[in-house]
Amino acid sequence: MGPGNEAAGLNRRIPEAGVALALLVGGLIVIVDSLRVGIEWADDGPRAGYFPFFIGVLLAFSAAWILLQAVLGWRKETKLFSQWSELRDVRAMLLPTTAFIVAIPFLGLYVPGALLIGFFMHRHGNFGWLTTALTAIAVPVTFFLIFERWFLVPLAKGPVEAWLGF
Amino acid sequence: MDEINSLMQGFSVAMTLPNLGFMLVGLLLGILIGVLPGLGGANGVAILLPLTFSMNPTSAIIMLSCIYWGALFGGAITSILFNIPGEPWSVATTFDGYPLAQQGRAAEALTAAFTSSFVGALFAVLAITFLAPLLARFALKFGPAEFFAVQMLTFCSFIGMSKEPPMKTLAAMMLGFALAAVGMDSVTGQLRMTFGFPVLLKGFDFLIAVIGLFGIGEILLTMEEGLAFKGKSAKINFRIVWQTWKELIRHWRTFLRSVLIGCWMGITPGGATPASFMSYGMARRAAKDKDSFGKGNIEGVIAPEPAAHAAGTSALLPMLTLGIPGSPTAAVLLGGLLIWGLQPGPLLFVEQKDFVWGLIASMYLGNIVGLIVVLTTVPWWAAILRIPFAVIAPVIIFICAVGAYTVHSSIFDVIMMLVFGVFGYFFKKLRYPLAPLVLALVLGDMAESSFRQSMLLSQGEIGIFYSNWLVGGLMALSIFLLLVPMWAGLKSMLRRREAGAHLGR
Repeated sequence: MGPGNEAAGLNRRIPEAGVALALLVGGLIVIVDSLRVGIEWADDGPRAGYFPFFIGVLLAFSAAWILLQAVLGWRKETKLFSQWSELRDVRAMLLPTTAFIVAIPFLGLYVPGALLIGFFMHRHGNFGWLTTALTAIAVPVTFFLIFERWFLVPLAKGPVEAWLGF
Repeated sequence: MDEINSLMQGFSVAMTLPNLGFMLVGLLLGILIGVLPGLGGANGVAILLPLTFSMNPTSAIIMLSCIYWGALFGGAITSILFNIPGEPWSVATTFDGYPLAQQGRAAEALTAAFTSSFVGALFAVLAITFLAPLLARFALKFGPAEFFAVQMLTFCSFIGMSKEPPMKTLAAMMLGFALAAVGMDSVTGQLRMTFGFPVLLKGFDFLIAVIGLFGIGEILLTMEEGLAFKGKSAKINFRIVWQTWKELIRHWRTFLRSVLIGCWMGITPGGATPASFMSYGMARRAAKDKDSFGKGNIEGVIAPEPAAHAAGTSALLPMLTLGIPGSPTAAVLLGGLLIWGLQPGPLLFVEQKDFVWGLIASMYLGNIVGLIVVLTTVPWWAAILRIPFAVIAPVIIFICAVGAYTVHSSIFDVIMMLVFGVFGYFFKKLRYPLAPLVLALVLGDMAESSFRQSMLLSQGEIGIFYSNWLVGGLMALSIFLLLVPMWAGLKSMLRRREAGAHLGR
């Protein structure tokens, strides 16, 4: 596991320590907030922080343990979390998904959904324009029929749906 | 025989035309979910749960549980034809299933897998039929301390039996509990960990967590693995089915062993995945021709499948009788019960007879119909998998977003789904188990209230947890299960030190 391996991907220790640190912070937040609402007994029984306090302690303890192990084995860790090329593939999924979700408050679910499917098919699928457009429109329309018409469950809608009169 | 009478009554509930229709719809959706990557039993049911809010609870649970059976069947199709486990519990099926398909014996392997799944499920349903009422009657005597002890047992056995590192299991579980505690405290009405954000008042919904962790997380992982579906095709005809069935009878010993492992792992929350691996390993150890395993031995398909199916099915037993689900999908179904206004637990068997026995009867029917459906429609599902991932991936993301939105019609939930999804990706890659996280999120409030009630009863004395033989026994068993991994860890540490000493010399 020479430096060549290092260059090929992300070493496991960084996400390992990062996730453990995030969990540790989470555990500390739980402890602090439980202390705020009270962990002792009131006249009518245990206060609201009584149970979560233990949870916070256990969470912080286990996270600290994992973090400690990651730090102690920092130099010895040679396993990769992922290859860079694999991480790029993940990013290729994650960024459009994030954009899709960010667009939902403004455009509703249907239009961003069609855009997401269209973008993906065009970018990664080598489909023709017609197939891409038809699929991208057909999927949200099917969902519209199933949810709004059949089960009467309204989904988030935006200006385009309003303009179409729904 | 009270059970037989109740069961017959259940059949009369399940056999109505609309319920049979829901059963079929559920099975088809379930197989589809099982076949597609990123949509599994747990999040498939979670996504469809909001659609059943207005349905009659019996029809709703029949449909949702059939989705579960369908997903259990569907996992085998992708494993055998494509060498891609659609579900974690069908990983062991790929070991011998795919080599069989490569040798042109896909139809045989599929028939064996479906039939053995069916047998596994059938035995598990029989166990539920006769054990569940007994357990429920027994559990009627439980007080809060007993319930907390059972919950404790569930969580400790997770840490003890998990293949993941125990500290990570503990961390994942505690994260689930912590997320469950967010929002208004139901006893004192105080706000916990909301930090002034009104969206956090209601806390985190486990359905959102399930859709994110299992759905989005899985898609990200699949993306990383860069899947290209290149599969074998299969047509099943009656002659092959008949021949395979005749051959299967010779393997009754394997069946029996796998079913027992499966039922045990399902009732205690070991889950379907470890059950399938364990049966595969045991079958291999017991076989005379060990070397043929992994190269296309039909026994390598017969061993894991009934265990996975039996475990998946019997996971409903503790859910119905004690309100403690044995698997993530059972946890989602439990959440469904709460939403439909049914309190899971022993009283369900007294107060909601039609519901419980309708469900149990539908398990028999659903598995029979499921077997026929999968045997006749395999080429179809294989064709669906040939749709390129560039189409399937965004469609699944869209479906997940729709599912997350419909839970509370809240866009914040969709954002949380993405956050959970990213966490799910990291957790999976770093070997944090997701099942205890989900279970803790579902059971968090229940565990807290039974703990607080026990403390109220005893005025804060921890001694209530060993005040009688039942509670004491459950607690002792919990601690035993908790200590097992530590013992194993200690042993391996000593061994390593010994090896190190040898090297030093």
